[in-house]
Amino acid sequence: MTSKVVVVGAGVVGTACAFHAASAGLDVTVVDRGAVGAGTTSRGEGNVLLSDKEPGPELALARLSRSLWEEAGEELGPHSIEFETKGGLVVANTTEGLTALREFALRQSTAGVRTEPVERVRDIEPHLAPGLPGGVHYPQDAQVQPVLAAAAMLRAAVARGARFHTGEIAAAVTGRGDRLTGVRTVVGDVLPADAVVNAAGTWGGEVGRRLGAPIEVLPRRGFVLVTEPLPRMIRHKVYSADYVANVASSDAGLETSCVVEGTRGGTILIGASRERVGFDTTMNPAVVARLAAQACRLFPFLRRIHLIRAYRGFRPYCPDHLPVVGPDPRAPGVIHACGHEGAGIGLAPATGALVTAHLLGRPWRGADPAAHTGLLPDRFFLSGGVPK
Amino acid sequence: MSDPADLIIVGAGPAGMAAAATALAGGLRVVLVDSGTAVGGQFWRHPPEHARSVIPTEDLHHGLREYHDLREALAAHAQKGQLDLRLHHHVWSAVRQDDVFVVHAVDRRKAPQEIAVVLRAPRLLVATGAYDRQLPFPGWDLPGVLTIGGLQALLKGGGVAAGSRVALGGTGPFLLPVAASLAARGVEVVTVCEAAHPRAWLRHPGPLLRNPGKWAEGAGYALTLVRHRIPVRPRTAIIRAEGGARVTSVRVASLAPDGSPRPGRERRIEVDAVGVGWGFVPQLDLLITLGCALTDSADGNAVVAADEGLRTTVPGLYAAGETCGVGGAALAVGEGRLAAESVLADSGAAPVLRGKRLAAVRSAVAAQRAFARALALAHPIPPAWSSWLTDETVVCRCEEVTAGVIGTARAEGACDHRQVKQLTRAGMGWCQGRMCGPAVHCLTDPKQAYRPAERLVATPVTLGALADLDT
Repeated sequence: MTSKVVVVGAGVVGTACAFHAASAGLDVTVVDRGAVGAGTTSRGEGNVLLSDKEPGPELALARLSRSLWEEAGEELGPHSIEFETKGGLVVANTTEGLTALREFALRQSTAGVRTEPVERVRDIEPHLAPGLPGGVHYPQDAQVQPVLAAAAMLRAAVARGARFHTGEIAAAVTGRGDRLTGVRTVVGDVLPADAVVNAAGTWGGEVGRRLGAPIEVLPRRGFVLVTEPLPRMIRHKVYSADYVANVASSDAGLETSCVVEGTRGGTILIGASRERVGFDTTMNPAVVARLAAQACRLFPFLRRIHLIRAYRGFRPYCPDHLPVVGPDPRAPGVIHACGHEGAGIGLAPATGALVTAHLLGRPWRGADPAAHTGLLPDRFFLSGGVPK
Repeated sequence: MSDPADLIIVGAGPAGMAAAATALAGGLRVVLVDSGTAVGGQFWRHPPEHARSVIPTEDLHHGLREYHDLREALAAHAQKGQLDLRLHHHVWSAVRQDDVFVVHAVDRRKAPQEIAVVLRAPRLLVATGAYDRQLPFPGWDLPGVLTIGGLQALLKGGGVAAGSRVALGGTGPFLLPVAASLAARGVEVVTVCEAAHPRAWLRHPGPLLRNPGKWAEGAGYALTLVRHRIPVRPRTAIIRAEGGARVTSVRVASLAPDGSPRPGRERRIEVDAVGVGWGFVPQLDLLITLGCALTDSADGNAVVAADEGLRTTVPGLYAAGETCGVGGAALAVGEGRLAAESVLADSGAAPVLRGKRLAAVRSAVAAQRAFARALALAHPIPPAWSSWLTDETVVCRCEEVTAGVIGTARAEGACDHRQVKQLTRAGMGWCQGRMCGPAVHCLTDPKQAYRPAERLVATPVTLGALADLDT
């Protein structure tokens, strides 16, 4: 049983860990070198998706997370995090694609996801291109505003006694028998702790190394486009069935399959390019053009709409594209909570609850460590704590 | 132009025109791109070609001989095919790929149609100028309240006066030519509120003495203002605009040394238009995205770091004029020439300016830079300007975010304009924080220079034009 926890990272995952751990009565300090939600959290679309996940450990976490977002909305105020259950609509481009999509949806529904086959997609999204053979509606897909959500969870954690410390961590501090006693920052501050949570997102690999628990977390660059504000033209998160294949892919090159959605502010978001180019921040107009072309194929009216902004971020992924959540067997007291790739916003509350359950040594808010063993860091190690 | 270009210049204002003329004289093939309908930029803005004979604007301009010389030089090279002049082209992105600059623009000559255009060259010069820096105040979003740059653009570009009884306010010498231009078109300029104290200049007399031309220019404006009986009131500011459907009056306050209004020293003046300007903000969008290092300028802006030859920290990328720090048209012309000389030297071409002429341009640029610095120090943003705001004052007009909401975000720990944007949407709308960014910055982190948010898309562009790029 732990009492003092340091959470490294004030992104959506770190603040969710702090929110749940503080709610469980633990003494929590969140440490980040920057502002709340200023990293990858501020560079995504705010997806809370079940539709893109195949049955397995990630979908199990996502289902829990979906209900915990709903609870968080009730607790923090749905407006404070802009929680919106807009639903997802996945459309197929060809009849073969539709058959594959329906089979995929069937497997998801046996895993507990609500799916509704749609024959005429324009009945629920009138501005879609004509001639699309059909799709699947996922009513549980939702949206939050990630930075507002991270800020609200941090505020709630602080209200429950948590502290926020601005700084960059340098190393773990250990006492007798290699027992963790705290973490030291680069300026020499020591934050006492008997557990430390690595919620550093894309920088989780480096933070793990500093804590003596190296894991492989790699960046995958993604661009998101934002249009001029419009009256509501698009009601769901709409994407092509190709998206699911890309999310699960490890290819090095550029992959785009756009997700198009309207937001409360009136802008339309067009997301989800994926490139493995390290931490290269260079603008890539070809990617922007590809996303624009795909969005215009789905919604032809977009051709005359202006793009006003593009932003990019680095999604953190592990080699097997699953997040790593749980204690590191090589470094007692270190718990990883990173590598969520493009699903970090959606998976944040369940990750926070699962980390809290590991800290408490018992289930917490529906998160039972025994039910999520597929996410443990152990999977990366053969024996004796040596990375594969 | 079938041969590949040696140099792309973005911006055909004084800096871009001068740079193009020099590079062309040195034998380079140049593409000159500008969003406007004619060369000249903001400073030498003119009515469209077809309207020039009926809208006289010559008397509103300065340095027109230079403008005509440059314009003729450009026209001659365009005729020969050595200059590819792309007007009505809006650049939305510039990237460096394998030592080549790729400039993405949309051609809007047949607007609303937009055609994607891709330009390539081994060297790129960005001379995108600057725009008015605005500080919000109650009523600044009323119709009839403009920037002083906007008032001047209406006069120079279309012979239009925005009102008949106009109050001007803010800080800096640009207030004077705008007042003179309005007066020349029969507008009654009821007051010019200059927030700075004239004595501030005495702290940096050197640059003033070394720039006798500027001194004479200032004296010329002073004479015009006296002739038209325009009162210039130092240490005052327009702190409120009032009206219904449009502005009908302003409140002018006498300022304490920190810039807060002196109690009981307010006057109400009836007007039908207002112009406000607090200096300028350099247009850095393309340069920041290209990865240039920035440096702090005396006026509170971050500007592009460039060496004496106007080379940025990115190889093959040059900048000239206001992007290197706001300093006016004469400085921009000199920097344009020096930047082009660097391009020539770096391309292995012979120089155009040599010996004494080159030395003269260099020393003029150095003197004008020093003058610009002294000017910035003498005309700071008043530290207590935010005391004019109420909680209800809209700061971000696109997303209608008030000063009160921004104050709450600050109280919750937002420590810079980016974080305020994430929490409040200030700066997320149509203008992407170009208008409110400096003000939000001044409200959150006034001790640091203003570094604009990174804008990967430098100007709005239709998704259709982008989609056509994807083959």
